[in-house]
Amino acid sequence: MNTYTEKIRELASNLLREGKVDLVIGFKEGTVPMATAPGIARTPEEAEGFVWDVNCSLNLTNYLTNKKEKIGIIAKGCDSRSIVNHIIENKISRDQLHIIGVPCTGMVDKNKIRGLFEDEITEFKEEGDAILVKTAAKELTIEKQDYLRGNCQTCMHRNPVIHDDLVAEPVVEQELEDPFKDVKAIEAMDADEKWNHFENLLSGCIRCYACRNACPLCYCPTCFVDESNPQWVGKGQDPTDIRTFHFLRAYHCAGRCTDCGACEDACPMDIKVRDFTRKLVKDSFEIYGWEAGLTLDQRPPLDTFKPEDPDEFIK
Amino acid sequence: MGNLLEHMGIEKDRLHFSWISSAEATKFVDVVTKVSEAVNALGPNHKLVKNAG
Ligand code: SF4
Ligand code: SF4
Ligand code: SF4
Repeated sequence: MNTYTEKIRELASNLLREGKVDLVIGFKEGTVPMATAPGIARTPEEAEGFVWDVNCSLNLTNYLTNKKEKIGIIAKGCDSRSIVNHIIENKISRDQLHIIGVPCTGMVDKNKIRGLFEDEITEFKEEGDAILVKTAAKELTIEKQDYLRGNCQTCMHRNPVIHDDLVAEPVVEQELEDPFKDVKAIEAMDADEKWNHFENLLSGCIRCYACRNACPLCYCPTCFVDESNPQWVGKGQDPTDIRTFHFLRAYHCAGRCTDCGACEDACPMDIKVRDFTRKLVKDSFEIYGWEAGLTLDQRPPLDTFKPEDPDEFIK
Repeated sequence: MGNLLEHMGIEKDRLHFSWISSAEATKFVDVVTKVSEAVNALGPNHKLVKNAG
């Protein structure tokens, strides 16, 4: 058992035993290798089922929306920023939460690892920074660093920004030469190339909405895609409707997205939906100097007005 | 919003933002003329168009 798992179990069971929280939200072992599942513990015994590894990529903030209980929650850097978002958007209050922060060194891109094999993965074991992956046909040892998710490669806030406990000493933050290389590559295309890039990107989308459901920001009681009166967007597989869904979903995350990558993790078709939201992350940063979820003391740029806000686009 | 539309391949000149008061008739004419010119220069739009049926 790794030290993170041990510490998480210890902190979570103590919280429950001492009655400081009603429940703790964390990750439990999944049913297949290279998977974890969000899990809830209400007793110290149940907290013994928590685990931590490089597959804990979902964002548990998603389960906090409008909850009334006192909740303990496990949070990586990106998740802690989503919790800050939730607090400033009044979806939960700070005193309801006990945040167990996890200094994070990144989660892995499961599809990239699966791509190394023809057959199904039967065993997945972390050994320090290396990972041993086995299938019936072969066995490989890979370096975690080479298989990080796109958002973890460019992450600048691996340590939780808000927490009540930490499961380990803070990790060293990454020094990045240019965190927005991927966005700039798309910006450099001409209009038709951009259009085709997104057309190809979305060609496999089956509109299952897993990306939306996994995102802690998408908590509207009725999402615009589900509305039927008025019907903002068609329900079928017409490429225009698919594009409209993705464009608007992304825009609803403007100035709020913490680039946690849960949307991409949840996608069964391996669609890089962050190609939309990353542009907004970059613009928020460049136009407003804003990174979502870093502080409880400031309102996000899109729900405030300042006389010095840029307005060159208004003619 | 304009930035994200442009990012996904909608030409910048297709979308214009303007603030015109009801008393600014000449500004209105001016803006409409400029918008029409810019959009005409781009030609017909084929993106984000849904064909009926
Ligand atoms: S985005 Fe950062 S904090 Fe989140 S999982 Fe990746 S490395 Fe960790
Ligand atoms: S999860 Fe993937 S397939 Fe499902 S709606 Fe989102 S992008 Fe489309
Ligand atoms: S849009 Fe994706 S990356 Fe951004 S907060 Fe939501 S799930 Fe995380």
